[in-house]
Amino acid sequence: MTATGSRPRNKKKPASVHLRSEEELAAERRKRRVGLYLIIPGMAVLALFFAAPVLVLLSMSLYARPPGAEIGEFVPALEFGNYVTVIGAYWDVFLRSFFFALIATVAALLIGYPMAYLVAVRLRGRQLMQGILLVLLIAPFFSSFILRTQAWKQILSDEGPVVTVLRAIAILPADGHLTATAFAVVCGLTYNFLPFMMLPIYANLDRLDTNLLEASGDLYASPLTTFFKVTLPLSMPGVFAGTLLTFIPAAGDYVNAALLGNNRDTAMIGQIIDSRFFKVVDYPGASALSFILMILILALVMIYIKRFGTKELF
Amino acid sequence: MMTTTTSLKGKAQPMAASGADLHLGNVTKRFADFTAVDDLTLTVPSGTFFALLGPSGCGKTTTLRMIAGLEQPTSGTISIGGQDVTKLASYQRQVNTVFQSYALFPHMSVLDNVAFGLKRKGVKDSVPRAKAALEMVELEHLASRKPVQLSGGQQQRVALARALVNRPAVLLLDEPLGALDMKLRRQMQVELKSIQTEVGLTFIHVTHDQEEAMTMADTVAVMNKGKIEQMGAPRDLYELPKTAFVANFLGKSNLMHGTVTEDLGDAVAVNAAGHRLVMPKDRSVAHSGAAVVGVRPEKMRVLNLPDEYSPSANMLTGTVLDASFTGVSTEYLVEVQGIGTIGTFSQNMGQPPAQRGDTVRMTWEPEFSFGLDGAEEASAGRDAV
Repeated sequence: MTATGSRPRNKKKPASVHLRSEEELAAERRKRRVGLYLIIPGMAVLALFFAAPVLVLLSMSLYARPPGAEIGEFVPALEFGNYVTVIGAYWDVFLRSFFFALIATVAALLIGYPMAYLVAVRLRGRQLMQGILLVLLIAPFFSSFILRTQAWKQILSDEGPVVTVLRAIAILPADGHLTATAFAVVCGLTYNFLPFMMLPIYANLDRLDTNLLEASGDLYASPLTTFFKVTLPLSMPGVFAGTLLTFIPAAGDYVNAALLGNNRDTAMIGQIIDSRFFKVVDYPGASALSFILMILILALVMIYIKRFGTKELF
Repeated sequence: MMTTTTSLKGKAQPMAASGADLHLGNVTKRFADFTAVDDLTLTVPSGTFFALLGPSGCGKTTTLRMIAGLEQPTSGTISIGGQDVTKLASYQRQVNTVFQSYALFPHMSVLDNVAFGLKRKGVKDSVPRAKAALEMVELEHLASRKPVQLSGGQQQRVALARALVNRPAVLLLDEPLGALDMKLRRQMQVELKSIQTEVGLTFIHVTHDQEEAMTMADTVAVMNKGKIEQMGAPRDLYELPKTAFVANFLGKSNLMHGTVTEDLGDAVAVNAAGHRLVMPKDRSVAHSGAAVVGVRPEKMRVLNLPDEYSPSANMLTGTVLDASFTGVSTEYLVEVQGIGTIGTFSQNMGQPPAQRGDTVRMTWEPEFSFGLDGAEEASAGRDAV
């Protein structure tokens, strides 16, 4: 899932005064061994499906193309120049990807928070309404991601209702479009990752003690002040998890940009990686891009956790 | 008395420190088909320690929440210091509450919790004042802690300081001691009372603990089924209950059904299953017809049959069902023919206690009797909690 910062390990217990018997020590050793056995499957999965591919990716990003080689033919090497080349060619796409992901994350927060608040706090105790709303919010995600994005293409198309209305009220010029624009891409990203924003916030607000809201009102805080002084600070762990769960996949997404964007000024890095892998057949370049993307996301997330980490909240 | 007025919009002006009169006029609160508070009219004078006492579900907490502005009355008016606040939201009222669950903000330090109300009101020296309030409850050394790091009793005192520091016109306490253990409870009762005397604010204390209400309050209102059964000084309520519910809920009572048979001028005699029991007219609701004679257990003397007793005293004879020696006294359950089980006790003056199966005489002076309406249920409120 997501990195929300590791908890400090338990400090070693001070040596106990009474000397423990051999059996007690053996029992403790056995317990510790069982614990180790239990994490083996998890570690194995991680090694097989995460560590190994990352290493393959890293080594492939350094492959070189021998002179006169056929398309798609590379040899193992330490060609660091691959990184220089792709950064030079695509730094602007990286910037755009993070920018789009940021806008989508903020938009998802602005839409998702009130929805989560409505279901978790306002409808508290009305389980039927809560259930219906939650199902409505999640139901679309039982269908394919690509299909839903395709549907957005229809909704935002020139003949679609949105463009028609916007043109009619002159927000959009008569020849204006929504598809194949940055706006459409960000809309798609926002929509597709909204549940990842909403659900952690919902889970957090669901536990919010409404007595605290009454206490705040009792202490002269208006509903708005109560929100900013009590509700929001207490729900920060949810907001934190939601923003991470939205930003990370959004930054690497290529479906939205491919279906809702154009080829000129809406390309996202996932799209470039996709085309370098499967169209241009530039494995080292695509691997280098993937690796850079991973490092950048990791760096951004680390900065975010350092800056806004909510461990110290309570 | 109050001289400042509260502005209707925005933040209210500081109140006089002596609190303000609180008045409820015909307040009713209905939830769906359940009437929690039924046409309640009540005036609490400024500076009073007022207890709303009753079993769970009697409407006392709903009443408190309506005063705080956390519930809207279905009908009726609430005014504080002569100003109608019925329509004001809780944050616009000069009222603060000590919640049963304390409701301390977990993400704030103790000091920030206490300063919260002052900051919202825009008080400049909010931090020094919050510190002073923490000193009053002797927690200044924990100002930088988070609430979870405090014990229950400490949290309770922070909640109290957080409410008191605002010098509200009325301070509401919703079973504030309910979560504390017995020893801490007694200690906090004394502290609460002395703080109230010190600051002179109007306190409205909701509780189902009759001992707590009697120890602390100047005036106690006993509530039952959304109505006030009886209201008055603790001693008056205890010595002269007007209903069976009050007689049973506030302490214990022996209640005996009978019929008024003689008018003795300023007293009446009641025939209860053949026993002639006398009670003063000014202590009785019923002066003729069916009546219930009541007497508190500690007002009775337990005598052996040969012992002499005053001829003017009311007297019952019965068989001891149970005798439990507690050191200071011996508690008895005595079966009286035609009346039922009477509870009483006798102080340990060195006399040998009566044994189970013994026949004893119980006497009390007529002026200790109280009379209730004959239609009262003798067991009303006996098991209410």
